[in-house]
Amino acid sequence: MPAVSKGDGMRGLAVFISDIRNCKSKEAEIKRINKELANIRSKFKGDKALDGYSKKKYVCKLLFIFLLGHDIDFGHMEAVNLLSSNKYTEKQIGYLFISVLVNSNSELIRLINNGIKNDLASRNPTFMCLALHCIANVGSREMAEAFAGEIPRILVAGDTMDSVKQSAALCLLRLHKASPDVVLMGEWTSRVVHLLNDQHMGVVTAAISLITCLSQKNPDEFKSCVPLAVSRLSRIVSSASTDLQDYTYYFVPAPWLSCKLLRLLQCYPPPEDGAVKGRLVECLETILNKAQEPPKSKKVQHSNAKNAILFEAISLIIHYDSEPTLLVRACNQLGQFLQHRETNLRYLALESMCTLASSEFSHEAVKTHIETVINALKTERDVSVRQRAADLLYAMCDRSNAKQIVAEMLSYLETADYSIREEMVLKVAILAEKYAVDYSWYVDTILNLIRIAGDYVSEEVWYRVIQIVINRDDVQGYAAKTVFEALQAPACHENMVKVGGYILGEFGNLIAGDPRSSPLVQFNLLHSKFHLCSVPSRALLLSAYIKFINLFPETKPTIQEVLRSDSQIRNSDVELQQRAVEYLKLSSIASTDVLATVLEEMPPFPERESSILAKLKKKKGPGAVSVSDLEEAKGEGGALNGSGDRGADAAATSNSATLSPSADLLGLRSAAPVAPGTGSLLVDVFPEAGPASAPAVSEDGFLRHLDLPPESSDSLLVEAPGESDFEDPALPLPESDDLLYKFVCKNNGVLFENQLLQIGTKSEYRQNLGRMYLFFGNKTSVQFSNFTTSITCPGDLQTQLNMQTKPVEPLVDGGAQVQQVLNIECLSDFSDAPLLNIMFRYGGAQQNLTLKLPVTINKFFQPTEMSSQDFFQRWKQLSLPQQEAQKIFKANHSMDTDVIKTKLLGLGPALLEDVDPNPENFVCAGVIQTKGQQIGCLLRLEPNAQAQMFRLTLRSSKDTVSVHLCHLLAEQF
Amino acid sequence: MYSKTRLAKWYMQFDDDEKQKLIEEVHAVVTVRDAKHTNFVEFRNFKIIYRRYAGLYFCICVDVTDNNLAYLEGIHNFVEVLNEYFHNVCELDLVFNFYKVYTVVDEMFLAGEIRETSQTKVLKQLLMLQSLE
Repeated sequence: MPAVSKGDGMRGLAVFISDIRNCKSKEAEIKRINKELANIRSKFKGDKALDGYSKKKYVCKLLFIFLLGHDIDFGHMEAVNLLSSNKYTEKQIGYLFISVLVNSNSELIRLINNGIKNDLASRNPTFMCLALHCIANVGSREMAEAFAGEIPRILVAGDTMDSVKQSAALCLLRLHKASPDVVLMGEWTSRVVHLLNDQHMGVVTAAISLITCLSQKNPDEFKSCVPLAVSRLSRIVSSASTDLQDYTYYFVPAPWLSCKLLRLLQCYPPPEDGAVKGRLVECLETILNKAQEPPKSKKVQHSNAKNAILFEAISLIIHYDSEPTLLVRACNQLGQFLQHRETNLRYLALESMCTLASSEFSHEAVKTHIETVINALKTERDVSVRQRAADLLYAMCDRSNAKQIVAEMLSYLETADYSIREEMVLKVAILAEKYAVDYSWYVDTILNLIRIAGDYVSEEVWYRVIQIVINRDDVQGYAAKTVFEALQAPACHENMVKVGGYILGEFGNLIAGDPRSSPLVQFNLLHSKFHLCSVPSRALLLSAYIKFINLFPETKPTIQEVLRSDSQIRNSDVELQQRAVEYLKLSSIASTDVLATVLEEMPPFPERESSILAKLKKKKGPGAVSVSDLEEAKGEGGALNGSGDRGADAAATSNSATLSPSADLLGLRSAAPVAPGTGSLLVDVFPEAGPASAPAVSEDGFLRHLDLPPESSDSLLVEAPGESDFEDPALPLPESDDLLYKFVCKNNGVLFENQLLQIGTKSEYRQNLGRMYLFFGNKTSVQFSNFTTSITCPGDLQTQLNMQTKPVEPLVDGGAQVQQVLNIECLSDFSDAPLLNIMFRYGGAQQNLTLKLPVTINKFFQPTEMSSQDFFQRWKQLSLPQQEAQKIFKANHSMDTDVIKTKLLGLGPALLEDVDPNPENFVCAGVIQTKGQQIGCLLRLEPNAQAQMFRLTLRSSKDTVSVHLCHLLAEQF
Repeated sequence: MYSKTRLAKWYMQFDDDEKQKLIEEVHAVVTVRDAKHTNFVEFRNFKIIYRRYAGLYFCICVDVTDNNLAYLEGIHNFVEVLNEYFHNVCELDLVFNFYKVYTVVDEMFLAGEIRETSQTKVLKQLLMLQSLE
């Protein structure tokens, strides 16, 4: 007879569960559930008072229904009633229901807290535990406020049962994590610490989690735990495998408690007291010794438990980083694991060794395992193990083995998993830079990197190689030669073309003496790649061409011919057309001297933290790149380094900056090169750099042909004229989000209206450009004076969206309307909305109003038609977890098919018919056009009319876009 | 592949939609792994330690710095308790007695931490509770 029979005690529940399991279809299941819900509802509403057993049974059924994924909107009160029952099983179901279905209905919270309070005071350990578990599971602020005073008392009281102490300790931990300001230990500190001495190992196990958490926050207050922890650990480690009876697991004495003790000690530096320290070192030695003893059991549980302690001990040794002998022994032990037949151990050894590599005491010892680690990189079947091997190679790399490690990483890249390629590329790039003895090796490595994994070479990487080549004149000739050779390949990656264009444009003269790489040969080689490139690369190549005209006057006619061709000068892309026009004009009207000044060689870049390192840090989070790495890199960078954060910002902004190669490379747009005498004028050639544009260019009449009005070349970004005369712009209206959502699927309408003012809007978008008309109507009969509007792009939006407009007339007569036109350019994807601030005086009172402008990323959608097969193929290609965003939500509006279709069409993508096998579903496809990037997006909307719910799924090649679109759209249905 | 979640326990605040999404994600990363893989997998900013018993996966999501093997054996310890308590536990026991499984979890793990590791003590407590009305 089993210890527990199936559903004993509640036959009705067991029958119900069986019924559900026997349902042949989802429909049958829903029918059965609805029947049951109706039944329970009538029982709860009926006149006859239910007995405790029935109440328990029905509440438990409701809970089961909820866990199947159905909403439960009644029964909470009955569950709360169960708390006051005297029977354990009834109480337990009541508490369980509350723990699983908690909602912050204040009415109920008060009743629940009342029930808990009674049970805590009951002196019945079983009831006390139930109440404590409920608090620990819910962990709400209300509960913290109600019980934070009482629980420490229970925890340390002499007459509290052990099991209650265990629950109280962890309950307190949960409350402390959820509401640290409410849970104050103060007077209890020392008695809590002394729980480490408790007779009952279970109490110690639970209490130590609490103590560790408190020690992390407040190490000084709890530091008396160190000697207690050491002595407890020592007693466990030196005990025979049978001493601890109940707490011995597969012949290992108290493995979990040992791990927790070792973890607690990692909150502190090595003990200062010599005796304590000696005892601890002895423990650590014993643990290392035990690892060498023959196993007491062949079971994996035995070795896992033993090794759990070993790895934790090694973590502590690494944390102390002061005992060379222990560090080296730890390293040797991990070395043995590197070849263990268990994948888990190999993985953990690689992971742990990675931290050992950064210790000066064990770095050399780690290096001796290089061959094994390289082998792991090549042969491990689990990608996460290979990832750890790559991490370890990166960590153990120094000047002595850099060439070997970089070569191995490069060769691994050829077959590496897609998921880790980008990170591998960054690592290779960093190591190559950091340990470059001769810079020709560095250039070779980076060019190899682009050749092997060009798609994964981010802008930071190729920016960096150019920064370094520009700054080191000893490598410039070699770089020009190598890149010229690399470009000979019939198919080379676009990043190679970019690097080639930049370097030959600057240093092509250094190899022009060789007839095989004469100026015209160089030019023809570059130009042969031109038609294969994207717009930003073509723009870069055009800049290279004008530099060629300066470097090699003999190429002028050929290049002018190219610039003059219709495909350049009449190019539909504004940027390319403008460059072609300006460069052509510049080359024909500027004198040789002017040209030479304008196109002078780039001055050295200010040394700063490698943007690549910043990127890797960002990718892996702080801590993943060891501090020594950073400092070393900074040291090499010199005094002008920005802080780490600034570096990361620079990396972020440079993503969107593709206009002028010079500005790109600087990353920081504001920081022009700092050599006044040789200051590059190239930066100023481009209109985006503002009013300082070289006059020869901005007077050029051709500009009028461009898409944007001529004024745009002067920075007319409205910067709130006179803003400071008045007051700061008001915060956005509270309802401005709703106003924003109103315009996600449409372009025209009334944006805002109050008693004074009505603002209408009309907008149109094409590719990454848009134009928005704002109509400000004065609804009163009195004139508005000092009427000003300003557009601001908060935060990152500045670099993502370019908004230009002209100021409006400052006077708006009563009943009149003024119009303002905004030109919008989407540079990269964004999620914030630009702000429109309006200030004016009405009858002596200053009015100040801020709205969000309904410019949302979906406005830049281009619809894409595709077949069902294509759709699902692309859908599958976008299967990384971060590429998908999903929301399940209740319908707030009509679920009528035509209404939904109209909204989806208004959103921008193509609505694809006959694609989804389920005709009820909607699928859409489109491409979001930004200046720098095209982001493909797929959308699927699955309505469930019965439940009045939607499931919305978005997949796109950019995680932020999926998330943001999902967020915007979920508000529409 | 059809999957069902037999029991989920949360130690951080999530709303119901997020929970559903997390469950699906965990399912997606864990079930594709084979026996030659480690029992650990990175997950968002955490890691999942998991072990498969017949068709059932037991998964535990912990901080990246937590001790992998300790949690791996924590799972096994829990499964051994279930096995003893339900006398050769099978999936159906967990379905029909879902409300008791919650009790077993709370006895052994509370507030996301290990509460009790002794199988003897846990089983004694469970049998005592079983005898209560």
